[in-house]
Amino acid sequence: MSFLRRRKATKAEENNSEDPQLDTASKNDDVVDNKKQKLIQKHESEESSRRRRSSSRRWTCVDSCCWFIGCICSIWWFLLFMYNAMPASFPQYVTEAITGPLPDPPGVKLRKEGLTAQHPVVFVPGIVTGGLELWEGHQCAEGLFRRRLWGGTFGELYRRPLCWVEHMSLDNETGLDSPGIRVRPVSGLVAADYFAPGYFVWAVLIANLARIGYEEKTMYMAAYDWRLSFQNTEVRDQSLSRIKSNVELMVATNGGKKVVVIPHSMGVIYFLHFMKWVEAPAPMGGGGGSNWCAKHIKAVMNIGAPFLGVPKAVSGLFSIEAKDVAVARAFAPGVLDKDVFGLQTLQHMMRMTRTWDSTMSMIPKGGDTIWGGLDWSPEGYFNCSAKKLKNNDTNTADHNGKGGLGSTKRVNYGRIISFGKDVAEIHSSKIEMVDFRGAFKGSNLINATKCDVWTEYHEMGIEGVKAIADYKVYTAGSILDLLHYVAPKMMARGDAHFSYGIADNLDDPKYQHYKYWSNPLETKLPNAPDMEIYSMYGVGVPTERAYVYKLTPPSECYIPFQIDTSAEGGSEDSCLKGIHTYIREYNHAPPANLLEGRGTQSGAHVDIMGNFALIEDIIRVAAGATGEDLGGDRVYSDIFKWSENINLQL
Amino acid sequence: MPLVRRKKPAETEKNSGSESESNINQHVKPEKEREEETIDKKNARVKENIRKKKRAWSCVDSCYWLIGFVCTVWWVVVLLYNAMPSSLPQYVTEKITGPMPDPPGLKLKKEGLIAKHPVVFVPGIVTGGLELWEGHQCAEGLFRKRLWGGTFGELYKRPLCWVEHISLDNETGLDPPGIRIRPVTGLVAADYFAPGYFVWAVLIANLAHIGYEEKNMYMAAYDWRISFQNTEVRDQTLSRIKSNIESMVATSGEKAIIIPHSMGVLYFLHFMKWVEEPAPMGGGGGPDWCSKHIKAVMNIGGPFLGVPKAVSGLFSAEAKDIAVARAIAPGFLDSDLFRFQTLQHVMKMSRSWDSTMSMIPKGGDTIWGDLDWSPEEGYVTSKRRQRDNDTQSERHSTTGNPGSQTKSVKYGRIISFGKDMAEAPSSEIERIDFLDAIKGNNVVNNTCHDVWTEYHDMGIEGIRAVAEHKVYTAGSTLDLLNFVAPKMMARGSAHFSYGIADNLDDPKYKHYKYWSNPLETRLPNAPNMEIYSMYGVGLPTERSYVYKLSPTAECNIPFQIDTSADGEEEDGCLNDGVYHVDGDETVPVLSAGFMCAKGWRGKTRFNPSGSRTYVREYDHSPPANLLEGRGTQSGAHVDIMGNFALIEDVIRVAAGATGEDLGGDRVYSDIFKWSEKINLQL
Repeated sequence: MSFLRRRKATKAEENNSEDPQLDTASKNDDVVDNKKQKLIQKHESEESSRRRRSSSRRWTCVDSCCWFIGCICSIWWFLLFMYNAMPASFPQYVTEAITGPLPDPPGVKLRKEGLTAQHPVVFVPGIVTGGLELWEGHQCAEGLFRRRLWGGTFGELYRRPLCWVEHMSLDNETGLDSPGIRVRPVSGLVAADYFAPGYFVWAVLIANLARIGYEEKTMYMAAYDWRLSFQNTEVRDQSLSRIKSNVELMVATNGGKKVVVIPHSMGVIYFLHFMKWVEAPAPMGGGGGSNWCAKHIKAVMNIGAPFLGVPKAVSGLFSIEAKDVAVARAFAPGVLDKDVFGLQTLQHMMRMTRTWDSTMSMIPKGGDTIWGGLDWSPEGYFNCSAKKLKNNDTNTADHNGKGGLGSTKRVNYGRIISFGKDVAEIHSSKIEMVDFRGAFKGSNLINATKCDVWTEYHEMGIEGVKAIADYKVYTAGSILDLLHYVAPKMMARGDAHFSYGIADNLDDPKYQHYKYWSNPLETKLPNAPDMEIYSMYGVGVPTERAYVYKLTPPSECYIPFQIDTSAEGGSEDSCLKGIHTYIREYNHAPPANLLEGRGTQSGAHVDIMGNFALIEDIIRVAAGATGEDLGGDRVYSDIFKWSENINLQL
Repeated sequence: MPLVRRKKPAETEKNSGSESESNINQHVKPEKEREEETIDKKNARVKENIRKKKRAWSCVDSCYWLIGFVCTVWWVVVLLYNAMPSSLPQYVTEKITGPMPDPPGLKLKKEGLIAKHPVVFVPGIVTGGLELWEGHQCAEGLFRKRLWGGTFGELYKRPLCWVEHISLDNETGLDPPGIRIRPVTGLVAADYFAPGYFVWAVLIANLAHIGYEEKNMYMAAYDWRISFQNTEVRDQTLSRIKSNIESMVATSGEKAIIIPHSMGVLYFLHFMKWVEEPAPMGGGGGPDWCSKHIKAVMNIGGPFLGVPKAVSGLFSAEAKDIAVARAIAPGFLDSDLFRFQTLQHVMKMSRSWDSTMSMIPKGGDTIWGDLDWSPEEGYVTSKRRQRDNDTQSERHSTTGNPGSQTKSVKYGRIISFGKDMAEAPSSEIERIDFLDAIKGNNVVNNTCHDVWTEYHDMGIEGIRAVAEHKVYTAGSTLDLLNFVAPKMMARGSAHFSYGIADNLDDPKYKHYKYWSNPLETRLPNAPNMEIYSMYGVGLPTERSYVYKLSPTAECNIPFQIDTSADGEEEDGCLNDGVYHVDGDETVPVLSAGFMCAKGWRGKTRFNPSGSRTYVREYDHSPPANLLEGRGTQSGAHVDIMGNFALIEDVIRVAAGATGEDLGGDRVYSDIFKWSEKINLQL
């Protein structure tokens, strides 16, 4: 195109060069006048053309914009088209070309071994992984009927954050729905197969089970509203009854084969609660009779079980800074951590999570006996660096340096919260603890007018905040007092539903109450000698165990405590002793390359659901194997040694 | 843009012209001017360069530009749409049509109704989603994706693979080896059939207004392709429904309301018999299970006695919308695009589905009429049609003059070959018995058959014999189907039955194949249970067909509906080879209403305990304007699920009302008159 044009122009010039000869031959005076006129004309025409050109130049700005967008779009569509036209096995082919042949997924492998579906399987999802959808809402949530508020894309969180927080929060007094709002768990396998698009939770396990013949009639997702306290899921939604009826149905339709239950994370405690509930008599329990579990459950395969609670829960409740108890934060760290838009995001989050009773189920249980006192903890000599070497993040170097000292100088893990790193490390005799309980509350100097977000910290006032900081160090036992002090209303609800102690005498009739059912230290396992309990968890990932806090600069509406990010500690997933079980640990190995996604050998809390070794274990048990067939215990960490350290009457 | 372009070349010419003139004057000019000129020239050249660059705008560029422009505009519109308050469309609608009535859920909530009885939905044929659990190589990556329902994306991407997976085994009526397609569970199974095409969603939303949620609503999703008893054998679906109803009744302390739609009506009839039968064949719930657990069965558009559409669907895959797939892509499926032999594939596929046979007309000539007689005799379509404001209505209102009553349409002849046969008095018809005809005399060679339909086994002789029988009534269509598709009907007769029981105490009626035929089973012993039959009227519904032999191409289905057979002055009911009667576009009034209007009314042998029955008809009126979507007063088979009057009735019953509270029967059609004409021993 442009070539043609250029050629034309040169032609025109040639013509011009011929013309002057003709003209010069006739030299007239008129010519001069003509010349002048023509000059003027020329100027005019040039000006007009300049004007046109400038107008067309203005065009080009918008034009080139459009051009650019068009270009990008077309390329995008082209790529999309290519992607769709690509055979589905192509990415796998590329991966194999790069990393060598992939191992068969466990489902395919075991199918080749001849395993078929035997026992029906029940999944119990953990906290935050289950989807929640809206059934009734206020004006601001119009058009969201039966849309997911939790899970999926979290689109509404960004579009109308305040509305979202309002609907996700529960009533601060009752721990149930606020009036006019009904948010209910999604049911079916879709409830927790993917937490967000591409972020699997149960999907990999489901897919592998399907390979050996499982389908929806033999798999059941025991979805429940993970925000409520366990007993309230029964009161409001009859979730426990539904689980009971579905388990019974599956056992009946599968020729009496007992179910294999696979709880994950908080689901473990939920299922502990269920096992007590189902055998308790009718008004408070499910009335299934004393041998219901023996008749219906073959094995409980707990994945990443916080049997005795997790320290994270404390820091989550205390200042919502736990690393991933609120997975939402992991999703949008930029939006949630910073105070964008003046929305006081963190405060909103805190208020919201404090209305969720279930978070209190994971406060460390067993107090100082389990978690250690001021100077003692079961993990005593755990050397951070030894395991951390596998971790290739930036922390490693730092920890290696410290780890050299660490082995000689013991870390006081028992001090779950300490104010200042020096306090965390010095000897107990040197710590002066000022009792905060007597401190005077409510002398609130800051006026609360500017804070539309209400957290209980404002009622505490500066005196109270200071008193807490002066206490310096909190162990697992005194943390309960701390939480009672900073969030009395929340803990009042929590006390009605959960308990954190150790039972001296399990026959005490008070232990019939449902609030003890989810604490393994205060309940007996059901009378089911054939039932197997597995504890499967990942090791080798640094896990939060104790925190060093500092007071935040006292600005107006802030949460007064903050984790001092300059110090870190680490330990294993919490584990247990006293339940006769198989312990299966899975050592963490980060994914070899990006193509592997979240890895097939991960040990992280949620990613472990894609761990091939774990899936294989589950499939074997579902197809009829026992714990002995799997090879009994499989341990990488010092769990048995540490368990010996704990002085618990059995 | 093109305008700008066109101007440019002209401009350059002009410029070059003026430059030439400046060249002329070169010699005469004083030096100063000359210098000025050279400067001008330089400027001009620079400008020309710029222009040249601009000229580099090529065809591709303008393509990009156009795409970019369209995209940008699109984004702006989307942004505006998203920024728009969600109440705006409603506001606009109200501006145009006046204030909208409250949806029934809100209205009744204001009246103080709250959720009382748990509700069970039983979806019909084709509306339930199906997903893949195990498939062949070609379906890789579709694990737990919907093959049926949703966007039907795979149907377009890999049609042959799709057909292969959706089809069942032709012998067993179960999965082919290596393929597991399973129904989607939960409310999502059938709330929307395709994006934007609601089935249960409106009803669910309205029930939610008065306090329903997932714990007291249950979608009894089942695999609608396989026969009813096989859903239990393969998926234990009936057991699941039983257990879920029991658990809902136990937790709420109230009996359940069952709302089956379309084929779900037959499925639930089957369930009610199954659940009370003893264990090996039934659910072992005991003889009073239904009376203990069910308050009311509210059948929506129930084809109790079958639908004529099923016959034409099975006979030639041509029913107008029983195969909704065809309605979705009529152009794609009807024409033989890409040489895929689409219709043959569809036919083969739908013939492998046992459930389609549950809807073959039941009761034979007694119910549906014989050669010379039918219960709907004398029905005038035009009377009702006037409300239809489509193009046909005018013609129909003129053709529907009283003259048509003098010559009645013989609806009893469900299939006739040639229009004259459909109209001739029975004495003139010479029928040749086709059953003895020799099959398999296949002259056409079988090379083209990657698609196998049983027609090829029949051979030309058989086909001719079928056509020469000329006229088929409801009773003889069974023989016809047995003749043209013996394998399919062999499966069908193991699971379904189409007769009328003479003696219900006969022990053979214990067999499950009779359970879905209301004329061969008794209702459960539940005197307090109410049975509603709710259906739309006022729409022309297929009742009988005029067929012709299709040109003998190689792989074609040899019969097709004679679409040239249009009604003349006298019979307005005939249109495109199909005789229409009143109904909801799929189910004729007779089939939907007869049992509740007569067969079960009072204490009859089919209803020994005297369960009360109610007939609720909903007159169709098309949506007033496009903004209303599929209308709030529709009577069409599926759209009726969005009918406000029907939803209101359902909600009232769910909140505790009885049929008497609703006002008993509500009838627009001649169902009671027609029912009287049927001579059935009760």
